[in-house]
Amino acid sequence: MTTVDAGRALPRFGGFSLPLIGLELRRMMRNRRTVIFTLIMPAVFFLLFGTNSAARDQRVGGGNVTGYILVSMAMYGAMLATTSGGAMVSIERAAGWSRQLRLTPLRPAAYVAVKLVLAMVVGAVSVVVAFAVGSLSGAELPVHAWIECGLLAWACALVFAAFGLFMGYLLPSENVMQVLGPVLAVLSFAGGLFVPVDQLGHTFATIAKFTPVYGVGEIARYPLVQDGNLWLAALNVVAWTALFAAGAMWRFRRDTARV
Amino acid sequence: MTLTMDTPAAARGSGTLAVELSGAVKRFGAVTAVDGISLAIRPGEVVALLGPNGAGKTSTVDMLLGLSQPTSGTARVYGRAPQEAVALGLVSAVMQTGGLLKDYTVEETVRLTAVLFGRGRAHVEQALQRAGIADIRKRLVGKCSGGQQQRLRFAMALLPDPELLILDEPTTGMDVAGRHDFWTAIRDDARGGRTVIFATHYLEEADAYADRVVFVRRGRIVADGTAAEVKALASGRTVRATLPGADEAALRALPTVESAEVRGDTVYVHAGDTDAVARHLLTRTAARDLEITSRNLEEAFLTLTAEEDPR
Repeated sequence: MTTVDAGRALPRFGGFSLPLIGLELRRMMRNRRTVIFTLIMPAVFFLLFGTNSAARDQRVGGGNVTGYILVSMAMYGAMLATTSGGAMVSIERAAGWSRQLRLTPLRPAAYVAVKLVLAMVVGAVSVVVAFAVGSLSGAELPVHAWIECGLLAWACALVFAAFGLFMGYLLPSENVMQVLGPVLAVLSFAGGLFVPVDQLGHTFATIAKFTPVYGVGEIARYPLVQDGNLWLAALNVVAWTALFAAGAMWRFRRDTARV
Repeated sequence: MTLTMDTPAAARGSGTLAVELSGAVKRFGAVTAVDGISLAIRPGEVVALLGPNGAGKTSTVDMLLGLSQPTSGTARVYGRAPQEAVALGLVSAVMQTGGLLKDYTVEETVRLTAVLFGRGRAHVEQALQRAGIADIRKRLVGKCSGGQQQRLRFAMALLPDPELLILDEPTTGMDVAGRHDFWTAIRDDARGGRTVIFATHYLEEADAYADRVVFVRRGRIVADGTAAEVKALASGRTVRATLPGADEAALRALPTVESAEVRGDTVYVHAGDTDAVARHLLTRTAARDLEITSRNLEEAFLTLTAEEDPR
């Protein structure tokens, strides 16, 4: 009958592909603010607050306090990285890029999957950079803790990829990270990532356990400190992931609905 | 005042219509943007969707691209649901504004589109060449001028090698030279037989580049034909002839004549059917040196799109 359809086919996996991730990664790394936020700032924070002689000499678990602070800062960097990755949708919606993508075979679910993969890749780079700086600056961790803390910090950062996506769909703005950066800093304080929660006083320590950064910090440091309630931390992570993912899904559905 | 006709340019291709809108209505709350548009476009036609701002052009285009769903009625593109046609690359579009990321280079943007459509490097190269942006391929999108960005959108639209290309106000914000370059690229491209629909409120663009002009006003089609036909339909044409001793009243009595004027030996007759007037003058009177002129499309546009309420 007609020949207009000849040779036309839909892409596999709804358009999710490695070349696409490669291009997106290149774009993300081109943005200087993202690089400073996610790769440089956490390492600088670590050097400023974690490498004094008191921290180097004081022992925690099988390592020193410098190592403890390093894990916390790696977690912070991974959080920033994955949040930025998720929040890219905000910039793209503001620029009308999401609408442009609707004129391609890319499925909305594949688009979100690309964003999550990107967030996790940048999160991994952030952890590796922080650990590399730490290993050269006096952080001491048992060998298994280097590996386990790194992997756990990275894996737990998925919570914030969901958070970034949710916020990205919620706030259509070019500068969403200018809002989310301070929010993450406050949450990190509240969740005991910058200062251990038991130094905050009883009331704050109790509240801290319900904030989203608490669980990921506890889990990421567990291989080093081997202390604390892992189940409570896991419950915290699962609950917040579910909440952010549900929020992201809700906004995503609204965004992609064809009216 | 609606005219539907066979356009010669539609002879190419048969069977499936490129575009088929039937009774398409689009409402946003209490506002009716598209109020029952039925439109059939055959493969190979170059159609201008002409109308003032807010006439419903963009809403119509959005329905054809599957970006929005008609409130009632249907939209089909090459016999398929618009979303499906878009995903297969049968139809692509150059949108009015936005839709670009400033952190990508020109080439990366086109490559990304190629990746999504499963096309290779050769297609990227071809699209860059045809859109005339191969020389600025390394430039960041954020550093490109409005015209360059529009040609980039054009390159992206070319990538799937669509059967139908839709341009929504493609030259808004471009300077004269940019508009000219852009239309030259589009015209060269349309020679290959691609179906093109462009929404515009620039009359001269519709006049110069379209085989067929569809006038839209308040969400309805008010005229549909070639630019010349629409001009004639809207405003009639003027017959000028040399006729010593003309009878003005007799001229005015001819069918479809709207006005007649005698100035010395010259008569000016403004009429809907100027052919009939010319035939009468040449066969029944001593008129000579006859000439028929159209009003320009701008006047037609004003007549057709004017508000109905008296001023």
